[in-house]
Amino acid sequence: MKEKGRFGQFGGFYVPEVLIPALEEIEQAFYKFYKDPRFVAELNELYKNYAGRPTPLYHAKRLSEHCGFSVYLKREDLLHGGAHKVNNCLGQGLLAQYMGKTRLIAETGAGQHGLATAMIGALFGMETKIFMGSIDVERQNVNVHKMKLCGAEVIPVKGGTCTLKDAINDALRYWTAHVQDTFYLFGTAGGPHPYPTVVKHFQSPIGTEARRQCLEQIGRLPDMVIACVGGGSNAIGIFSGFIDDKSVKLIGVEGAGRGVNTTHHCATLNVGTVGVLHGARTYLLQDADGQIHETECISAGLDYPGVGPEHAFLKESGRAEYVCADDKQVLDAFELVCKKEGILPALESSHAIAWLVGQKGKLPPETIAVVNLSGRGDKDVGIVEKHRPVK
Amino acid sequence: MKTYAQTFKELKRSAIIPFFVIGDPDYDTSLSIVKTAIDAGADILELGIAFSDPIADGPTIQKADIRALAAGMNIKRALQFVREIKNYKDIPIGLLMYYNLVYQYGVEKFFNDFHAAGVNSVLIADLSIDDADEVLAPAKKAGLETVFMVTPVTNDERIKLIASHTTGFIYTVSTLGVTGARQTLSNMVKPLIKTIKSITDIPVCVGFGISNPKQAAEVASAGADGVIIGSAIVKIIEDNLADKKQMLDNVKNFVAAIKNATAPNNI
Repeated sequence: MKEKGRFGQFGGFYVPEVLIPALEEIEQAFYKFYKDPRFVAELNELYKNYAGRPTPLYHAKRLSEHCGFSVYLKREDLLHGGAHKVNNCLGQGLLAQYMGKTRLIAETGAGQHGLATAMIGALFGMETKIFMGSIDVERQNVNVHKMKLCGAEVIPVKGGTCTLKDAINDALRYWTAHVQDTFYLFGTAGGPHPYPTVVKHFQSPIGTEARRQCLEQIGRLPDMVIACVGGGSNAIGIFSGFIDDKSVKLIGVEGAGRGVNTTHHCATLNVGTVGVLHGARTYLLQDADGQIHETECISAGLDYPGVGPEHAFLKESGRAEYVCADDKQVLDAFELVCKKEGILPALESSHAIAWLVGQKGKLPPETIAVVNLSGRGDKDVGIVEKHRPVK
Repeated sequence: MKTYAQTFKELKRSAIIPFFVIGDPDYDTSLSIVKTAIDAGADILELGIAFSDPIADGPTIQKADIRALAAGMNIKRALQFVREIKNYKDIPIGLLMYYNLVYQYGVEKFFNDFHAAGVNSVLIADLSIDDADEVLAPAKKAGLETVFMVTPVTNDERIKLIASHTTGFIYTVSTLGVTGARQTLSNMVKPLIKTIKSITDIPVCVGFGISNPKQAAEVASAGADGVIIGSAIVKIIEDNLADKKQMLDNVKNFVAAIKNATAPNNI
C-alpha cells in the first residue's frame, strides 16, 4: 500500500494477507482517477442528473421557532434512493467500472446501502450481491424487495448476531474468494484503508455544498454542524466541508438506544474502547477480552459496534464532539419534524435533530445550526407506528 | 521447549499440524481431543482462540468459535489450556487468532504470558506484514518465533519481505478464500510452494482447504514441510457432539490416516 491510512493512531488496514492486493488495487485506482477530469465529469453528471445533486439547504422556520435558534436542514433525504448512500455508491461504482470489475458486493444493515448499491449495479449493468443479516432481511423486507427489483441478489447472513457486522464479515469472506473480479462497495467511512478515505471523498459534496449554501443564503458560516453517526459516512461527508473552519462546532450524534447504561445501544464513541475490527483500529463496543458486543438501536442504520476511524481521531483531537440520543428522544424528534415541517426524517437523521432540539433554551437565539438530514423516513413509518400508534 | 526448527529437523517428513479451537465444544472435551490428536501422531499444534468476528474463517470454524465461547472460553482459560497440553507433551504450539484479542490483552503481555505457557508463535490472521512493526519487537522480546501468511496472490517481492520477518514457518494459504474443507486441492498450491521454496529456506506449511489424506499427501509430495488441517478435523467435532467416544475415535483415526498417507514411503 502507498499509504498507511492512519488518522492519528486510528485506521490502518488490519486484514488477512489475501485481501492486501485487492485493497492496494483500489487505493491505486482511487488515486489515479479521483481527480482525473473524465472521471470527475462523469461522476458530477451522475450526481446531478441521476442522484439529484445539489440538494437544498432548507431553513426550517417552524422548527427554528420551536428551538429558539436557527435550524437549517441539508436535504440529503431528497436524493434518489432517499438517502446520502447514493453519493458513495455512484463514486465507488464508477471506480469499479474504471477498474474493469464485473461484480459488486456490499453489506447492508437497514438496507439503504444495499438498495443504493443495487441501484448502481443496475445503472452500470453489473452483477450485484448484497449481504444482509437474516434478522435484517426480515425486518427490512421492503428494501429487500426493492433490491431484488433492481436485479441484485440478496444473501441472508445467518452467522453470529445475524445483523450488520455479520453481513460485513460474510462480504469480506466472499471477497477473499473472489478478489480478482469483484469490487467490494463498502458502505460506511470505516473498514480498512483506503475505504475511510474513499467514502469520505465521495460523500464530501454534502459538506462542500452546505458550506457554499451557508455563505450564499445566510451570509456566514454556521455555528454548528450536526449529523448522526453509525459508521459515520454522512457525518464525515458534511464535516469535511467545515473541518478547517475552527469556529464551526462539529457534533456527531450516536444512538443511545434504551440508554447507554444498558446493553441496548450503539453509542460507540460515547462509551466504547479502542480496538481492531473490520480492518481498522477504532472505538468499539466490546468486552474486556475483546469480543464484540451486539448493539441495539431504533434505527438499524446506526446499529454497528464500531465507527469510522476518522471520527475516532476527531474525537481524540477534540475537533468534533460526540453525543447521543436515546430511542424516546429520537421518536419525539421524528414526530416534531413531521408536525412542524411536513418532512419525515429517517430515524437515523432524527438522532441529530433530537440532540439539537434538546439544546432548546441552552443556545443563544442568533445561533445557526446545520443538521444533515441524511435520509428520509418513509422506510421507518412501520417502526414508528409500532412504538407510537397514530391516534 | 521444543522449537519448530528442531521439529522439522528431526522429522525428515512433512509435519502433521491439526488445528483446533481451544475449548471446542467445551474445555474438558477439547483437552481430550487435542491429547488424542497428539497421541495419533500430530507433530505440531495450531490452536485458535475463539473470536466473535472471525473474518478469515468459513462456517465450520465459525461454529466452533461459537461453541467455545458459549462454553465459557476466554483468554485466561486459553492460557491454562496451553499449560495443560504442554504438561502432557512438549509439542510446538502455534496460536492462530485475531488481532483484537491480542490488542485488548496488551501485545507484550499476551506474548510474554503465552510464551511462558508454552506457545512457540502467535499468527494474527488480520495483521499483515505491513503492520508487523506492532508485533515483531514484542515477539522477539518474549522469545516467540514468528509465523506469517503467504497466499496465491502474494507477489514475489512481498514473499521476500514476509520471509525476512519469519523465523518459524511460512503459513501458506493454498487457495483464495476462507478456511473450510474443499472437494479438490487448489491448483495454485503446487506452484506456490515451488515459488516460496525458490525464494527462501524458511519451512513452508500449507493450510486452508486440505480435507483428506489424499490431498494431504499431494501437498506433502509437493515439498511442504508441514500440512495444516483445520476445518475437516473441526467438522468431526461438530458431527459427533452427542457421542464423545465416537468423536475421539474419529479424530484419532483421521489424524493417523493423514500421518500414514503423508509418510515418505507413501507419497
